Amino acid sequence: MFRPLRLAALAVFVLVVFLAVPLAIKAAGRTDFYYTLSSVALLAIASSGVWLMFHIGRINIGQGAFALMGGYVSAILVTSAGFSFWLSLPLAGLFCAAVSILIGLPILRLRGVYFAMVTLVLTEVARLLALALPITNGAKGITSIPAPGAIGAFGVTLVPAFDTFAERNLAFYYLSTIMMTLCFAALYRLVHSRIGKLFVAMQQNEELASSMGINVPAMRILAYAISSFLGGLAGAIFIAIAQSIYPSSFTVNDSVNFMLNCFVGGLGHVFGPMLGTLVLYFGWDLLFAIGQYQLLIYSGVMVLLMLVLPNGLLSIRLPSRRGARK
Amino acid sequence: MTSILKVNGLTKQFGGLVAVNDVSFDVQPNEILSVIGPNGAGKSTIFKLISSFLRPTRGEVLFQGERISGLAPHIVARKGVVRTFQETTIFKGLTARDSVIVAHHLRSRASLIGYYFETGLARRDEEAFGSSSDEILEFLGLGEVKNEIASNLPHGHLRALGIAIGLAANPQVLLLDEPFAGMNHEETRRAVELVRAVRERGVTVLLVEHDMAAVMKISDRIVVINFGSKIAEGAPAQIQKNDRVIEAYLGVEDQSIGL
Repeated sequence: MFRPLRLAALAVFVLVVFLAVPLAIKAAGRTDFYYTLSSVALLAIASSGVWLMFHIGRINIGQGAFALMGGYVSAILVTSAGFSFWLSLPLAGLFCAAVSILIGLPILRLRGVYFAMVTLVLTEVARLLALALPITNGAKGITSIPAPGAIGAFGVTLVPAFDTFAERNLAFYYLSTIMMTLCFAALYRLVHSRIGKLFVAMQQNEELASSMGINVPAMRILAYAISSFLGGLAGAIFIAIAQSIYPSSFTVNDSVNFMLNCFVGGLGHVFGPMLGTLVLYFGWDLLFAIGQYQLLIYSGVMVLLMLVLPNGLLSIRLPSRRGARK
Repeated sequence: MTSILKVNGLTKQFGGLVAVNDVSFDVQPNEILSVIGPNGAGKSTIFKLISSFLRPTRGEVLFQGERISGLAPHIVARKGVVRTFQETTIFKGLTARDSVIVAHHLRSRASLIGYYFETGLARRDEEAFGSSSDEILEFLGLGEVKNEIASNLPHGHLRALGIAIGLAANPQVLLLDEPFAGMNHEETRRAVELVRAVRERGVTVLLVEHDMAAVMKISDRIVVINFGSKIAEGAPAQIQKNDRVIEAYLGVEDQSIGL
């Protein structure tokens, strides 16, 4: 599994993300990029969940709902229940996974555009719930969420409290990119294990998969739970950076973007959503200079991309990947 | 001899339409039983009822004396009743070998978590699936094309791949859905050999088929369905002489079976 080329690619990735980029930002004095790139990393995590759903043959346009849910769970646990941010992080993910199991039981029977439509509605449902529930504090949202505290074990401080950093956003940059690396590594392993093969089998033909004894409904739920866990995790860290959350923190727009990130990066490769998020995030910002035509050109480019590169950007350098893999 | 599969008063209604009406028959261990009938007679519905892709309105299917109607399809497969599909139903994007490896699912001993962390058991599973897949593919004459993407394979190979996928699940009863449809004489002859060879492996074969010549050649017994009801059951020679069958089915297509 660890062929030299892959190890080299991993080393380059680690060096660039954890060393070269922070150094370059420091040299250029553009510390706002810490925040920008943290956002990219977190959006990539959420998109990777959507990608996993594509992998089992479901179009998920509801990831925004789980990002919002994860954000609220973390915010409420930290502000009201006095939990540490670090504990709230996995709890937010697990809460989202649990909710997705309940929602998934009925809706995962749907396929194609029907599943997509229901998930699209989920984001709006989550926003309205956040507006209506007493615990989420309605439209006023939850503000002044404290920054993550220190992690210590046996009297040794492993991670200092984020407030003690001179450049708080650098700490968040590292948190986001480390989480992104871990999530994608875990997802990579998942997709390349036998579970990934079962997922592909389901994507290609659910009837045939169940006729060979695969518990298709359970596997669908598993994929959806992992997807939602990733969404909740990303949302929780996002809210920690913003230190506030509102019902509009994640909207239908975000849900759609998570899906587009996967399309642009490529559905055939685990790292597609990572690349797609980077390209789309900066692509949108670059087009800002054009002003009123921003959305028009952005959408036009998206349509063109899907026509010319239906398998995403990562398909460019991989003309005979299937043959080469054996 | 006790039957391995028992179909008991099976009835399926779709709204006002009675697709299958009170059909009963037994399948003996290690026999090749064909279900035939004109288009729209309800053969495919019976097939789906047995593999539990549909729930019967009335009646039941017993496998080794145990009711399997109403169970989820993957549970029925787990018990040993595995269906194949017509050729268009394959894993298009997987290689032939990968398809068969995936189809070994029921033989996995490691858990999903075990597969994720590649425990020793999982690795032994993967090795066993690999060599078993190679054996099955070789057995069905797909050894040379096993690393081809399934959607690139020609018809005959796809049919064999469908059977390979079914065999990987280690079935006791294999349901074949029109294994000879759209084949020429030579292809049919080879496919008939394949199905016989499958039976030699100790698998009971139940097939739904249009190709009368092939059915007559291959079957130990035949069940004839017309308008959802069973009109005859017996050895090929008896069926060929049965007046009701000739009237309902063979009489119209006498050329095709050379009567």
